Amino acid sequence: MTTLTAAPKTASPPSRPRTSTGISRWKRRIPLLPALVFTIVVTQLPFVATLVISTFQWNILKPGDRHFVGLSNFRFVFTDDRLRTAVLNTMVLTASVVLISVVLGLGLAMLLDRRFLGRGLARTMLIAPFLVMPVAAALLWKHAIYNPDYGLLNGTLNAVYRLFGAANGPTIDWVSSYPMPAVVVSLVWQWTPFMMLILLAGLQAQPGDVLEAARMDGASALQTFRHITLPHLRQYIELGILLGTIYVVQTFDAVYTITQGGPGSQTTNLPYEIYLTMFRKYEYGQAAAAGVVVVLGSILIATFALRTIASLFREEVSR
Amino acid sequence: MTAPAAVTAPGARLKKLLRRSDDHGGTPRLSPLWTFVAWLATLAFFAPVAWMVLTSFHQEADAATNPPSLFASLTFDQYKLLFSRNITPFLLNSVMASVISTLLVLALAVPTAYALSIKPVEKWTDVMFFFLSTKFLPAIAALLPVYLIVKDAGMLDNVWTLIVLYTAMNLPIAVWMMRSFLAEVPKEILEAAEVDGAGLPTVLLRIVAPVTMPGLAATALICFIFSWNEFMFAVNLTATNASTAPVFLVGFITSEGLFLARLCAAATLVSLPVLIAGFAAQDKLVRGLSLGAVK
Repeated sequence: MTTLTAAPKTASPPSRPRTSTGISRWKRRIPLLPALVFTIVVTQLPFVATLVISTFQWNILKPGDRHFVGLSNFRFVFTDDRLRTAVLNTMVLTASVVLISVVLGLGLAMLLDRRFLGRGLARTMLIAPFLVMPVAAALLWKHAIYNPDYGLLNGTLNAVYRLFGAANGPTIDWVSSYPMPAVVVSLVWQWTPFMMLILLAGLQAQPGDVLEAARMDGASALQTFRHITLPHLRQYIELGILLGTIYVVQTFDAVYTITQGGPGSQTTNLPYEIYLTMFRKYEYGQAAAAGVVVVLGSILIATFALRTIASLFREEVSR
Repeated sequence: MTAPAAVTAPGARLKKLLRRSDDHGGTPRLSPLWTFVAWLATLAFFAPVAWMVLTSFHQEADAATNPPSLFASLTFDQYKLLFSRNITPFLLNSVMASVISTLLVLALAVPTAYALSIKPVEKWTDVMFFFLSTKFLPAIAALLPVYLIVKDAGMLDNVWTLIVLYTAMNLPIAVWMMRSFLAEVPKEILEAAEVDGAGLPTVLLRIVAPVTMPGLAATALICFIFSWNEFMFAVNLTATNASTAPVFLVGFITSEGLFLARLCAAATLVSLPVLIAGFAAQDKLVRGLSLGAVK
C-alpha cells in the first residue's frame, strides 16, 4: 500500500474558482484533509517501514542479531528458488484466472444482454458466486466439491457411472492431483460474475441505433459483434482485465485454504510465500524485501490500470 | 388496435411490469436454443451455492454420501450446533468491524468527495488518483510493518485495529464512488441556489442529499461487503477476542474429522448478509466494483 508518483493527467477542473484567494482555497481543501491525512498515515507510513526493514538482517528467532545488510535481502529475493517459483505461480494463476473469467464473462454477458424468460432471475443467480465469502467459497470447493470420497465432483461421476451400469466411478483426489487447476477453477467461478457485470454494463451502454443500422445494412451477427460490439467493449474488457489482475494477484484466501501452497510449493503464490517468510520462517528482512518487489511489480500493472481508468474518467468529465 | 392506448388490460399491465426488469424493450430476444444455453450456464455457476445451502440443512451422515443424496431429510441441526459452538462472538466482531469501519469511511469520504466534485480543489484529479493508487498496491506488503506496529502498540487481537485497517482499505473506493454520485448533482441547480442565497446546510440537505442518497447507500454496501469478507488481516492480527467470521471458518481447513454439513451451514451463514445485500443492490454493484468508472 503506497503511492504512485505519476498520476495520469486528466481534464482540467470543470469550474474554476472565481476568487482564488488563500482563504477560499483553504475552505475548499478542509473537507479533504481528514481523509488525506488518514490515508497517508495508514497506507504510506507502513510502506516506508517496509523499505527500512527490507535492508535489515532480521529473524526474530535470533533476537540479538539484527543488523543493516543493505541490498542483500533483495539479492536473496531475486535468486531464491522458492520466490522464483512463487513469482511464476502468481503469473500462471493470475493470467489463467483473469483470461478464463473474461472469456466466460463475455459469453454470459452476451447472453444476458438479450431478453429471455427469467433473465432477471438468471442474472441474480449468476452474481451469487461473487458474493459468497471468499474463505467460505474456498472451503466449499475444497471439501464439498473436490473431496475424493464425498465431494460433489466425484459423487456426480459416480452417479453417472452407476447410471451406465458400472459398479463405481473413479476416485480422483482433485486437489492433490491437479492443485493449480483446482485453485484456478474455484477462482474463475468467483471472478466470472464480476467480469460479466462489467461487460454487461458495457453492452447495455451500446448505442442501439448503431446496431439497428448494422442490421438494416444486412450485417451478420458475427460481423456486428466483430466490428461494432467488440471495439465498443474494448475499454470495458481492459477495465475488467486490469481490476481483475489487481485483485487476483493478491489472492491469499484461496491458496491459504485450498492447498496451503502445496503440494510442495506448486501453488505457492507471492502473497502466500511472503506470509510464510513472515510467520513461519520469521525472516522479517526477506519478507519486507519481497514485499517491496511485489509493490514495484504492482506499480507496473497499476500504471496501465490507472491509464485505462483515466480514459474512462476523462470521457465522463468532459461530458 | 381499437382499444385506446390509455386503457390497458390488467394482464397487459402485468406483462409490462414484468418486462421492466428486462429493461430496454428494443433488445432482441434470445432464441430458445440460446435461452437453454444461458440457463444451463447459470445453473452450472449456481450449483455450488445451491449445494452449499442444501448440504447445510442435512445431517452429517447424509452429507457425506457418494453419490450425493439430493433428497435426504432436512434439518436445522447444523445451524443450532454452530450457535452452541460459539459462532456468535465471531459474527459480532464481524458486524462491529464492518459496520463501524463503513461509518468511518462514509464520514471521511463524503466531505472528500464533496471537495473533489461540487467545489473542486485545484488538481483534484491528482488527489483522486492518489487515493486510487493506494488501493492498487498489495496489502501483503503492508502486513509486516502493520503487524509490528500493532504488536508494539499492544493492539493485536483488538477489533479497533481491524476497523482502522478496513477504513483505510475502503476509503479510496468510497471516495471514487461518492465522487461519481456527487458529480451527478446538476450544477445549474447548485448555482441557482447560491444566487438565491441558500447557505451550505440548505444546499446539502435540500439539493445534494436527495440526489446522492442511493449512491451513499450503494457505497456503504460495497464497503460493508469488502470488510465483511476480509481475511488476511483478520487471520494474522487477531487471536481469540477479535476474530471475525472468516477466521471462524479457518477451523474447517483440515480435512480430518471434517463435518461437511456443519461447514456448509457456517459457509452459508457467514455469506448470507453479503448475498442478501448484493442481490438487493445488484444494479449498483457494478458501479461500485469498477470504482464508479462504469455505470
